[in-house]
Amino acid sequence: MNKFFIVLTQTYLNRLKSKAFIVTTVITLLMIFLLTNISTIIERFDTNEEDQVGVITTSEYFPLLQNQLDRMESNLDLKSFKGTEEEAQQAIEEGELDSYMILEEDEAGEPKAIYKAETVAEQNTPQLLESALQQVKSTVAAERAGVTQKQLLEIDQPVQFEKVALEKGAKTEDELNQARVFVYVLLFVIYFSVIFYGNMVAVEVATEKSSRVMEILISSVSPVKQMFGKILGIALLGITQYTIIIISGYLFMQLQDDEGSQTGFLSFLNFSNLTVSLVVYAIVFFVLGYLLYATILAMVGSLVSRAEEVQQLIMPVQFLIIIAFFIAMFGLSTPSSPFVTIASYIPFFTPVVMFLRVGMLAIPFWEVAISLALLIGSIIVFGILGAKVYRGGVLMYGKSSSLKDIGKALKLSRRER
Amino acid sequence: MLQFQNVTKRFGSFTAVDDLNLSIPENEIFGLLGGNGAGKTTTFRMLLRLIDQTNGTISWKDNAISYDSSHLIGYLPEERGLYPKMKVKEQLIYLGKLRGMKRSEVEKEVISWLERFNVPEYIDKKVEELSKGNQQKIQFIAAVIHKPELLILDEPFSGLDPVNVEVLKDAVLDLKKLGTTILFSSHRMEHVEELCEHLCILHKGKPVVSGNLKEIKRSYGKKNVLIDVDFDLTFLEELEGVHRIKKGLNHSVVQIEEESVSQVVLHKLTEKGFVRRFELEEPSLNDIFIEKVGAAYE
Repeated sequence: MNKFFIVLTQTYLNRLKSKAFIVTTVITLLMIFLLTNISTIIERFDTNEEDQVGVITTSEYFPLLQNQLDRMESNLDLKSFKGTEEEAQQAIEEGELDSYMILEEDEAGEPKAIYKAETVAEQNTPQLLESALQQVKSTVAAERAGVTQKQLLEIDQPVQFEKVALEKGAKTEDELNQARVFVYVLLFVIYFSVIFYGNMVAVEVATEKSSRVMEILISSVSPVKQMFGKILGIALLGITQYTIIIISGYLFMQLQDDEGSQTGFLSFLNFSNLTVSLVVYAIVFFVLGYLLYATILAMVGSLVSRAEEVQQLIMPVQFLIIIAFFIAMFGLSTPSSPFVTIASYIPFFTPVVMFLRVGMLAIPFWEVAISLALLIGSIIVFGILGAKVYRGGVLMYGKSSSLKDIGKALKLSRRER
Repeated sequence: MLQFQNVTKRFGSFTAVDDLNLSIPENEIFGLLGGNGAGKTTTFRMLLRLIDQTNGTISWKDNAISYDSSHLIGYLPEERGLYPKMKVKEQLIYLGKLRGMKRSEVEKEVISWLERFNVPEYIDKKVEELSKGNQQKIQFIAAVIHKPELLILDEPFSGLDPVNVEVLKDAVLDLKKLGTTILFSSHRMEHVEELCEHLCILHKGKPVVSGNLKEIKRSYGKKNVLIDVDFDLTFLEELEGVHRIKKGLNHSVVQIEEESVSQVVLHKLTEKGFVRRFELEEPSLNDIFIEKVGAAYE
């Protein structure tokens, strides 16, 4: 078997069997299970009991308010409370009531209310009551002014306002909203994966170096094969993890009844709107982004003498990804700003920012092609540079490691003639 | 034949190995000696192509060494290290595969080597659970498991207790019997004297002594005389051909220019009094090393 594949399978299988891999996969699956079933779970915990609100009132607004709440299909049980405030408080203590409200009319005959509960941290009930009362008030006021129900409805009718993009191929309002959600989710996936798996590569290399097993390894496999075997081994691991997660996510959704998937957290993700091209772009940018950062991180990992130093050294590289992510977050609302456009051509930012532009705008293919070419070009450059630094770096053991060591490592691997 | 021709390695302005010429016959144990920083590890690393030489060629059986020939070569680096969290067996299977072996072959070899080193129970242990000496045994197995033609041992006996040194030494001698060419470095002269037929002493990247051990000793000429008498030996210093006198607790060692001087010394001693012990011996490699390397320091 080719040594490259020996390194690849060893890296892959070793990580696959590791506790860290199993734990992160299980945790992610649990999270997905929770997300897809969140509504069912909340319902399970919800006792379905109606909130009991006692109303101390003599006002004629009370029946109107009750009607209004019925129309709003609230789960509030509003009942007239005959008694004093003290008695109402006692009723709360005894558990008969959850809260009470004093409904009065002011001098002008307008309704006014005071809502009292043990705590006012819970916002649902008072908000509902307030808006219902507001409705009642405006209806009554309108009637007094001689406005009919029909006229009132007309006044309340929201204005029709539609946004239409003139550019050919531009995304419609609906599509954009959908795209925004997808792009947001996929951006996060790309960002997270590059950091997570890229770090894994750096740690893997640093561990081999600090345990000094490296010298045996590079005496039997060329550093280039070893480095790329590792990078692709971890990539394979990532693909495995995502496959597990996607398939299980799909199964979780299938397990739910129709009603569940309607109200579930993921229901706003209408998968029929997800275009094939967007998914392909996501995969392409994910793979290329990973390759770029993994190569840089493997190079950085080879400079470390002790495994503890690895975090310190990969931080500057991580900042690049974090910056890219922030540009993309900013770009979600202003995808066509020049700043975002320029950033999308910088290879370090391309995987995230260009993907955002592809997802949000209808940009011509040649723009994507240029950014891809730049990205692939820099992967090759960093691949060659990385392999050289790696070759020298793995033989260097210094007191403290810093990125300046890249130069030293290059010197060590250089063929001096 | 392992050949180094005009091999030079410079790191910037620093010359680690300077114009090294060596021919190492097959099926021999060759010792590479030198103080710290003499260039031994750099020589090995160039031989293994971990770093490129600035000048010169290195060849094994008339072929340049490359990663395609890595299955022919075994290497025990000075910087010891294995995967701490991996089990001995898995570890050796991985390293063996990288040297071109099949899994089943490695498994068989691992069992027989562990039995030879009297530690068969380590097969399923993690390396970090083993003592340092035992880790070194595992590392030695990793270097020889693929039956290399050429075995490079960088300080193989450092950090081992005397019992384990013997076990490893026997293993090295057995490998030689099987036809392996072994190149090893050491600070310990007694190990070199015991194992090597040919050797080379490096100092600051330059070979200062090189050749057959016996010839080196013979051509060195100087001999030692062990003397045990009850009187003071200082008067011997005035004799021609006497280099230095090292006084010890039980006996003194007098270094002389050549064999014939010993008879003059003996004569003087018997004149002076009772001689309990008088013994003529070959110079030790230690003496040669100290003189050659020491002289270069001056």
